Amino acid sequence: MNFLDAIWLIPLFPLFGAVLMFLIGRRLDPQPERSPEALEPELAEAMGEDAGQEHGHHPRFAPTRRLISWICPGTVLVSLLFSIGAVVQLAGLAEKAHQVILYTWLAGLPFHMGDGAVGRFAADLGFLLDPLSGVMILVVTFVGFFIHVYSIGYMGHETGYYRFFGYLNLFVFFMLTLVLANNYALLFVGWEGVGLCSYLLIGFYFHRKSASDAGIKAFVVNRIGDAAFILGIFMIFALTGTVRFLDVNQALHGLSAETAGFGVLSLTALLLFVGATGKSAQIPLYVWLPDAMEGPTPVSALIHAATMVTAGVYMVARSNALYSLAPETMAVVATIGALTAIFAASIAFAQNDIKRVLAYSTVSQLGYMFLAAGVGAYWVAIFHLFTHAFFKALLFLGSGSVIHAMGGEQDMRKMGGLKDKIPTTFWTMAVASLAIAGIPGFAGFFSKDEILWQAWSSPYGSKALWAVGTVTALMTAFYMWRLMYMTFWGECRADEHTKAHIHESPPVMTVPLTVLAAGSVLAGWLGVPKAWAFLPGSFHAFEHWLEPVWVAAAHEAGQGAHEAALEWALMGLSVLLAVAGILIARYLYVQRPELPDRIAEASGPLYPALLNKWYVDEIYNFLFVDGLAKGGGRVLGRFDQAIVDGGVNGAGWMTRFASAVSGWWDTWIVDGTVRLIAFAVKMISYPVRFLQTGFVQQYAAVILAGMAVALGYYLIK
Amino acid sequence: MNLLDLILLLPAAGFLAVLLLPRRNPGAARGVALAVSLAVFVLSLALAAPVWKDGSTMQFVTDADWIESPAIRYHVGVDGLGIWLVLLATLLTPVCVLVSWRHIDRRVKEFYAFLLLLEVGLIGVFVALDLFLFYVFWEVSLVPMYFLIGIWGHERRIYAAVKFFLYTMAGSVLMLACIIYLYNRTGTFDYTSLLAMINAGDLILSRPEQLLLFLGFFIAFAIKVPLFPLHTWLPDAHVEAPTAGSIMLASVMLKMGTYGLVRFALPMFPTAAREFAWWIVILAIIGIIYGALVAMVQPNMKKLVAYSSVSHLGFVVLGIFTFTQAGLDGAVYQMLNHGISTGALFLLVGYLYERRHSLEIADFGGVATAAPNLSTVFMITMLASIGLPMLNNFVGEFLVLVGSAQVDFRWTVFAAIGVILSACYMLWLYQRVFFGETPEKVREKVYDLRPREWAAAIPLVALMVWMGTVTKTFLPPVSARNAEILRQTTVNAEFLVEAPPGARGAAAEAVEVADAR
Repeated sequence: MNFLDAIWLIPLFPLFGAVLMFLIGRRLDPQPERSPEALEPELAEAMGEDAGQEHGHHPRFAPTRRLISWICPGTVLVSLLFSIGAVVQLAGLAEKAHQVILYTWLAGLPFHMGDGAVGRFAADLGFLLDPLSGVMILVVTFVGFFIHVYSIGYMGHETGYYRFFGYLNLFVFFMLTLVLANNYALLFVGWEGVGLCSYLLIGFYFHRKSASDAGIKAFVVNRIGDAAFILGIFMIFALTGTVRFLDVNQALHGLSAETAGFGVLSLTALLLFVGATGKSAQIPLYVWLPDAMEGPTPVSALIHAATMVTAGVYMVARSNALYSLAPETMAVVATIGALTAIFAASIAFAQNDIKRVLAYSTVSQLGYMFLAAGVGAYWVAIFHLFTHAFFKALLFLGSGSVIHAMGGEQDMRKMGGLKDKIPTTFWTMAVASLAIAGIPGFAGFFSKDEILWQAWSSPYGSKALWAVGTVTALMTAFYMWRLMYMTFWGECRADEHTKAHIHESPPVMTVPLTVLAAGSVLAGWLGVPKAWAFLPGSFHAFEHWLEPVWVAAAHEAGQGAHEAALEWALMGLSVLLAVAGILIARYLYVQRPELPDRIAEASGPLYPALLNKWYVDEIYNFLFVDGLAKGGGRVLGRFDQAIVDGGVNGAGWMTRFASAVSGWWDTWIVDGTVRLIAFAVKMISYPVRFLQTGFVQQYAAVILAGMAVALGYYLIK
Repeated sequence: MNLLDLILLLPAAGFLAVLLLPRRNPGAARGVALAVSLAVFVLSLALAAPVWKDGSTMQFVTDADWIESPAIRYHVGVDGLGIWLVLLATLLTPVCVLVSWRHIDRRVKEFYAFLLLLEVGLIGVFVALDLFLFYVFWEVSLVPMYFLIGIWGHERRIYAAVKFFLYTMAGSVLMLACIIYLYNRTGTFDYTSLLAMINAGDLILSRPEQLLLFLGFFIAFAIKVPLFPLHTWLPDAHVEAPTAGSIMLASVMLKMGTYGLVRFALPMFPTAAREFAWWIVILAIIGIIYGALVAMVQPNMKKLVAYSSVSHLGFVVLGIFTFTQAGLDGAVYQMLNHGISTGALFLLVGYLYERRHSLEIADFGGVATAAPNLSTVFMITMLASIGLPMLNNFVGEFLVLVGSAQVDFRWTVFAAIGVILSACYMLWLYQRVFFGETPEKVREKVYDLRPREWAAAIPLVALMVWMGTVTKTFLPPVSARNAEILRQTTVNAEFLVEAPPGARGAAAEAVEVADAR
């Protein structure tokens, strides 16, 4: 079977599952009737994930629910199989890129381009499989499948089961669209789509205000990045006349790098990077990710650790041709990455919520990936993305298993001593923690060490970047093992009731943990350090596999100057620091557990600052949410009512006033004059009325009187 | 008499028929209105195919004498610009009949009669090719809407109705004056003859003439759009109007303004249009951001949606005055999108009102628990409205932004801020209405969608997805006509353009576009 031509089917399988859930999910999984009385325990359950498992007040679920457990993970499994098939066939091709274009999604008539040539805007519904997207679809479907399986157990007692799996499948669809898209516009579709699913899943427990708040925060903060991203897409289009990756790369090939100053190319690359900081939670847009932990834990594992948040890294790697032309922006990327890595790690020091520690850890690790990309070592960024997907998904799923065991408790201060009670969870999480700390042999070591080496040796790198990365490595080892020691060692600090019910999760949850643990070890061996020359070439397979994706310049930069002795030395140092971090954590949280509180007290304002995440949320809220958005809205709302509409109503009032004046004028002046004249005439004619009476006798009398007067006059004279 | 005449005649006949029905029997009025509006819709579908094949020329043309002196003609036709707007009007009328089925319980007969008369006016506006006829239809559509708001509206309905009527009237009188001026210059009201004269060089409007005439038309259209700062009649009219009135007003009537800009103001007065473009774009961008910010703090759902319309229509105006193919295509597409998605929003808000008898956001909460299907439909509509890819609004906004980026990248940046804000106010609205605990009153009163309500909502939701994914169904005739309009804007025009619009930093050179003579 030709899987290469069928790559467009890969995203469609999960879409099928999502649509099915959307249409008939409620019938397969009828929701228990919500009477006012029933709402309370159910809500408590939603809050405490599945606090009451042993107490038997779970609603009874329809048997058809099992169908959902088969369909939804099944669709992802089919996608996984198709992905494997396609990647295997891709490996057999000479030209390692295969494009499948279905039809034109957005089309416009021709118009004039920047250089006067006639361009035609078009965006395909098309897919591109090359080594980069190959890696991504394997990660997404593999990790995605096992997280789906895990969710069967984890979400088993929840209402809204169909809704959860529908959203999860929809997410996989969009994520696969994102990584398989052959152009920026379609990538943007996936980009927004995964953001939507993230919003829906963070707000899965929508009764809780904190959950829906976190959902909105995630969506809006991402939107800010998205706006920049889409502006970047327009710039790319203006530059090259196309949005198709292969054509963009070809068009950029002819341009020379912007070595002097900050030009259009740098601006374009920067806009794309702002988009990436939104999705991949980098400074200054990282604030949504820790809050996103309001979602169910499998969601945190899949979306907010393994796949979606790495989309920014993928996009930057995908645009490597552009970035290699804009060295200024590469420096920005590397700096932001390094700063985010160390900043987030510092916050992780003081968090007590197990998932929040992991969230900040994710932010920090994503910073590492951008550090790698920024120094031109794109393959290392993808390599770290690859290994991180395993161990961080495992850490989240493990924490979910812990939370499950603890009856919904997420506060590490109320845990402890779980090592023997939930052994599978413990061992798998220990593997992942060793991996993220960078202990040799585990996956994280290989990728992180390569990042540090590239930061040191790449022409785009610097000693400062390396130093920040190395210190962060120490911090990572410390906070991760702080988490491990607080959770699994020492006395159990939970209350008696919870303690009595601690139990290992069912196999449907522990099997995925085990598989991912294996991945957390093995994944790293695909990219061993070059100094380990004694290993055969297949141990460097990852780099070679991705080589065709990078433009020549970036590829050369990635090689750097290789001095084996130096590499060994740096490697030794970072391993030493990792071990030191673990030992410090052990000393503080196992041997002298009273010490951390004393240190916190002695630290002055530092500890509260860390605990409150450097007050960034408060500052953002004050400035942007309450200030710009709501405050601005309120001011403008009043302006609209008072001034703009006031003007209209004022015009109405003026009209009425004018007509009142005119009416008055008309009544009293214009008509008044008329009536005045009439009155005057009446007044003047008034005396005449005495004469003109109409009585003939009177007239005769007057005539007689007149004649008498006249006659008398003559007689007297 | 061709199909188009029939489509104009049928609702007019329906108007008379409903008026003649006995008052005792409101069911008959509903039935006749539904039958007539559905028949008109089905007939109007037949218009689409020929226009789709050739969108740039007028089809289904009837050109007959109406009044000999002054020479007013009954001249109608439909092309790629008008076709989808006609279909929008004919689709939404039956939807409105369904929506009002129970909601309207007094003076039922008159209500449906006015609804059908409104349909006549709206279709007429989009097909009239005689300026005087256009003006007649423009005013015809005004009257039934005045009564819809004034009779069946909420508490402050009289104020809103009068404001709506007078405000629109004030603009349209200016337009009438300009139409009469053109008649005195040329002796004809006929739009196609006027264009022919302009193209042949027989009619050359000087720059001052163009500026004044353009302003007259523009103010009439801008009030209708409505463009900031002429928008304040809109929130009042929407809040007070019954659901059907809001839907027709937002979805179709506002498009009369933007349609008029594209159809008349641009091709006839290109010099003036280009000269004012900068200022109009600034107003449009202010409208985009301002509308979104003001929408954010509205406590009333309908007011919120009304202000969001101000924001969305800003995109349309921005697209039109980019004078680019992508911008103009996006603008026309966005007119349709706004018609579908904002119409659906008003529809759903109307459903909520029927249940809870309140439009205040604070009276709701937790509706997702009480009415999951209603919540889902609202969610999809909201997502369309905030421009999620694969739903309709995204395509329009995207094309508008592409167009504006070709002219001035700063415009695009500001417009993109509006896209961010739209997510803020819509998601916040959704959270407050649908998420959270379900208060007692909501749980008691808010029930899920009923079959009749589904029937009204489904076509709109289907269109959101269709228009978002398969743009080829709708865009080609629009593009063809817009190309023609763009070409027309270079005739009889004296203006300077920076050509070619350069993002590459190439020194922009001023090019004088040739006078038609």
